[in-house]
Amino acid sequence: MSRTFTLDDLKRILLEGSGAPEGTGLEGDIIDTDFADIGYDSLALLETASRVEREYGIELDETVVGEASTPRALLDAVSAHLLDQAA
Amino acid sequence: MTARRVVITGVEVIAPGGVGARKFWELLTEGRTATRGITFFDPSPFRSRVAAEVDFDPYVHGLTPQEVRRMDRAAQFAVVAARGAVADSGLALDALDPYRIGVTVGTAVGSTMSLDEDYRMVSDDGRLDLVDHTRADPHFYNYFVPSSFAAEVARTVGAQGPSSVVSAGCTSGLDSVGYAAELIREGTADVVVAGATDAPISPITLACFDAIKATTPRNDEPERASRPFDGTRNGFVLGEGAAVFVLEELESARRRGARVYAEIAGYATRSNAYHMTGLRADGAEMAEAITVALDEARMHPTDIDYINAHGSGTKQNDRHETAAFKRSLGDHAYRTPVSSIKSMVGHSLGAIGSIEIAASILAIQNNVVPPTANLHTPDPECDLDYVPLTARDQLIDAVLTVGSGFGGFQSAMVLAQPERSAA
Amino acid sequence: MTASVVVTGLGVAAPNGLGEQDFWNATLAGKSGIGPLTHFDASGYPARLAGEISDFTAEGQLPSRLMPQTDRVTRLSLVVADWALADAGVRPAELPEFSMGVSTASSAGGFAFSQQELKNLWSKGSQYVSAYQSFAWFYAVNTGQISIRNGMKGPSGVVVTDQAGGLDAVAQARRQIRKGTSLVVAGAVDALLCSWGWVGLHTSGRLSTAEEPTRAYLPFDDRAVGHVAGEGGALLIMESGDSARARGAEVYGEIAGYAATFDGREPGLRKAVELALADAGVTAADVDVVFADAAAEPELDRVEAEAIVEVFGPHGVPVTAPKTMTGRLYAGGAALDLATAFLALREDTIPPTVHTEPAERYGLDLVVSQPRAARLRTALVLARGHGGFNSAMVVRS
Repeated sequence: MSRTFTLDDLKRILLEGSGAPEGTGLEGDIIDTDFADIGYDSLALLETASRVEREYGIELDETVVGEASTPRALLDAVSAHLLDQAA
Repeated sequence: MTARRVVITGVEVIAPGGVGARKFWELLTEGRTATRGITFFDPSPFRSRVAAEVDFDPYVHGLTPQEVRRMDRAAQFAVVAARGAVADSGLALDALDPYRIGVTVGTAVGSTMSLDEDYRMVSDDGRLDLVDHTRADPHFYNYFVPSSFAAEVARTVGAQGPSSVVSAGCTSGLDSVGYAAELIREGTADVVVAGATDAPISPITLACFDAIKATTPRNDEPERASRPFDGTRNGFVLGEGAAVFVLEELESARRRGARVYAEIAGYATRSNAYHMTGLRADGAEMAEAITVALDEARMHPTDIDYINAHGSGTKQNDRHETAAFKRSLGDHAYRTPVSSIKSMVGHSLGAIGSIEIAASILAIQNNVVPPTANLHTPDPECDLDYVPLTARDQLIDAVLTVGSGFGGFQSAMVLAQPERSAA
Repeated sequence: MTASVVVTGLGVAAPNGLGEQDFWNATLAGKSGIGPLTHFDASGYPARLAGEISDFTAEGQLPSRLMPQTDRVTRLSLVVADWALADAGVRPAELPEFSMGVSTASSAGGFAFSQQELKNLWSKGSQYVSAYQSFAWFYAVNTGQISIRNGMKGPSGVVVTDQAGGLDAVAQARRQIRKGTSLVVAGAVDALLCSWGWVGLHTSGRLSTAEEPTRAYLPFDDRAVGHVAGEGGALLIMESGDSARARGAEVYGEIAGYAATFDGREPGLRKAVELALADAGVTAADVDVVFADAAAEPELDRVEAEAIVEVFGPHGVPVTAPKTMTGRLYAGGAALDLATAFLALREDTIPPTVHTEPAERYGLDLVVSQPRAARLRTALVLARGHGGFNSAMVVRS
């Protein structure tokens, strides 16, 4: 049984590890918004990636954080790992 | 009254690759690297497992068992380097008014090794939330407050003038010496024993740089792991060490016939007010620091013969400072050799700024530009002359050395032959 | 002739008052902020009293994004800097970025943050260490975060000299202003009241283990048994006299003189006082009040009392230690004393030293129990850091 990683999971981990951004924050349709525009910098993404790795017991590629610039891209990358793990 | 000018008349370096300014300079000019797999503890749990460690036996360098017990490794470095610098200067400090002698010691992370070790003891390896005071090292207060570094150095050299630790992340080593120069210039002190130290190679430091992927994971080739300005670089290599100087007012140094390594002709620090770890690509704030330092030195960009770069070997840094050099020096940036000694001695955080000042004044003294080791395939976005692999003989009258630190600090210092900078 | 450097804004966070007005009211009323430690269970430690700030919440005052990356000391520093800027009527966004700097002191960094991350490292593993540990605990963090929050790109830095740092950072700010920076946020806040920090403070050997808040911190008293530790401090907005005048700012007063020394063959405190007075161009007779370092350790009290008596004569100048109401706040304490001195100058009132019954042998005119009204123009603030650091600063209305 593979676990899933949803936008809500990502939002929860972002809030826990890096706080809520100013403005509209995590409300609204953010799935294709750049993390930088949502209000998360590279450190926040590193912290998020590390929390995802710990929680889901996966190891993301080093390049994921640099390349996944939107929630959708990060969700896809994590889901691919979870699938690999389940396979 | 003419402004008081400040010169360096004594130096000692404790750097990876060998203790002592002479060994340090040999390493640099031969283009050898002192980075290796970490030996201080088992680094296997960490992403980055290379570092530039110093082979340092405090007893060989004259510290007593008592001193070794009460001082963190970084404090030991500072004290040994301070004694060496004073000896090198030939200055009889005890003949001077002690209230006219100051001390500044730069450090970014203080007694990190001892703090890490002590935490494990008092917390039973993290099991106790309320840590146990009965297990604390009796000298823990010295580790708790980094000001103990300045106190140890002041005591060892007999200084009673203004003494302090200066801390600004990875520009501490430049800022400490800049601060000291100002004490002499403004007339508060006649001599300042100034420098910086850090000994950060501990599990907590590795873990925190792993977490932000700032250090290189190139563990299979430790001696080739630090690659500033190279297209294949992927982070810095942690280092440790210290450099300490004797700073004096120029006229009194001349009167006593002192050997003058260089004048501290100009210095400035600015902040990017942008991010604790991030850098904007334009390098505007470092460029501003460089411009102000040149102004203070009454020099033009074309007076700079060599740039001792921050060159940490992160993509972000190397591009940031390349932009800063172009922005502040214009076309002259393309004609000036630029090198990073971090390719050889790693990045010792708060200490490295002073270690790079040492490299700069030795470059002036010897008319040799130290190389950037491990630079084989330049990053196309870093298009200056980074002096790859091999040292270069060249007349050097003036050096620009820069630093960039967490917290957004950007510092620049101009070091020059006093005859040259007087012009 | 060097241009004057003035203070145009104060931000204060103290155990007995949050914000300049609360703090000053509490101080005049002799209200102490010293009580049983509550930030953690201190029942197992020899010292159990502290000067805690109990009513501070960063939430709502700082962005949520800053919370996971800041220690308590940084949150306090950022809010206190906001208050100081507001008090000075300065909106940083309206000023040239390179014309503003930050100069703070820190005694031991963000210790609670470090303790948490070391716990993660050793109890769970290195991958549990926060991405923010790389800077959240280090000594330069408050300066860095203040400069980022307020867009200040001018010269900034940090000095570390234990308690003396609170004055040394202000002196460094004065240097920067004299060299052309228009405005510097300067001073210090310290907050070390976590269990590991508490162990650190114990190892100074100078913490009072007395149980009774009114008996625990008694400088210049025969019953002195060390000090109570506290948290907090002050940040000052410093400007050149010219730029303050140009914008019509209200001025608290001037940083008129300063000196720092280190103990050697003899204690250096007296020399620091003499040099600071000379730097200010005043004589001992010009000084209207002295804010003492007030270590409450017999030998250190003796050294300080001797320095004061040698310069000012026996009972020659009113001396006070309002820090008896806050505990020693380390670097933050010296900056708070400086802020208190400016408030005293403005109100022509010397705040009291509470609970102490001064020993006659010290020869001090200690202002005890009640505030004393006096015409105040010039004050001297003293601070000593563990290990031998001495700083003295002269301020003038």
